[in-house]
Amino acid sequence: MTAPVESRGYVHGDVLVSTDWVADHVNDPEVRVIESNEDMLLYPSGHIPGAVQVDWTLDLNDQVRRDYLSREAFGALGSRIGITPGTTVVFYGDKNNWWACYAFWVFQLFGHTPARVMDGGRLKWEKEGRPMTREAPKHPATTYRARERQDGPHRAFRNEVLAHVRSRGQLVDVRSPEEYSGARMHMPEYPNEGALRGGHIPGAKSIPWARAINPGDGTFKTAGELGEIYLQEQALKPEDPTIAYCRIGERSSHTWFVLKYLLGFANVRNYDGSWTEWGNLVGAPIEK
Amino acid sequence: MLPATLREVLDTFALVNDPADRAALLIDFADQFRPVPPDVATPPFPKSRLVPYCESEAYVWLVLQANGTANLHFAVENPAGISAKALASILTSTLSGLTPEAIEQVPPDIVEQIFRQNISMGKGMGLMAMVQAVQALAKAARQR
Repeated sequence: MTAPVESRGYVHGDVLVSTDWVADHVNDPEVRVIESNEDMLLYPSGHIPGAVQVDWTLDLNDQVRRDYLSREAFGALGSRIGITPGTTVVFYGDKNNWWACYAFWVFQLFGHTPARVMDGGRLKWEKEGRPMTREAPKHPATTYRARERQDGPHRAFRNEVLAHVRSRGQLVDVRSPEEYSGARMHMPEYPNEGALRGGHIPGAKSIPWARAINPGDGTFKTAGELGEIYLQEQALKPEDPTIAYCRIGERSSHTWFVLKYLLGFANVRNYDGSWTEWGNLVGAPIEK
Repeated sequence: MLPATLREVLDTFALVNDPADRAALLIDFADQFRPVPPDVATPPFPKSRLVPYCESEAYVWLVLQANGTANLHFAVENPAGISAKALASILTSTLSGLTPEAIEQVPPDIVEQIFRQNISMGKGMGLMAMVQAVQALAKAARQR
């Protein structure tokens, strides 16, 4: 039995809500539950009643460049799902909330701070036998006035990562140990998605994202358990600037969430270029 | 040359451009998915039947019939593997009852026609691996 969220000792524990909390707030007009998955068929095949879908490829990514959506597009997205900058958005999804954390992170680029993640994600909700529906919710559209996107506090670019490497800053590689070592060019059971070189960014510590969760139900470990991994075992310092990366930035948004909110790291950014950029960059330093 | 049964399904998908309508069509197929019957295989399934690179833990069987045609069966062990179930359902319903020679002609790029751009590269390759696994089994059956 996993301890209740509020008793786990997180630094900013209010960003994590339980399935019970979501069940109590699905009809709250101040709350919008948002499902974000890797698999675009999951939401239409059944979702939490009242939840809307935000798709990482169609909604959050620019459709031409490798970048995130513009302020205008974020405003249109917020309007479509019927929220205002004051609405509390609660993300959940497949893959132990990888894409939920990714969507949460993109919402932070636009300063949408009333945001939460549902602990355990879609799998926990389903395992608890809670209601699912295929019925599309009918939330009236709003006019969402989006702020300018502010990448700086949350997002790291390749030149910043390079400067961070040179200054021996804290880097966390959240991929599998085989990807970190360069033995594998892709996640186990996943195909190669096009990096020409294997290995890791020099100085990065290998802390696979899944170490932060309880494998049985996908919930986050307690602050004490997380501290043993990130602070004691890996000797990361919460006060030092930290950059997390993976392959395209989805698994590392999960770790970004853990470090920033659950453990209270002061300055942590997600390098969304991640290995699909670094492993292809001419001349970029690599360790194996 | 694609089997007429599969051609018909691909033609239907070609007519549906709205992503939500395509998703609904795919989910209809996923709903019709029936896992491998116990007289063919029971869990735990052997690794030799596992489709490589498929995130949904898909297993595949091709059973040759006395009349020289073949039946396809899949198991999809990941309950969230809706895309894999949809594709498995399309493949079993359109290719079962054909000869291994005909089944072997089905190329992996039908996945692009069915799912289009709405899947990540990783998932697309996993689904194409399902078709490649079917091709490999058909080839082996033909050479038997």
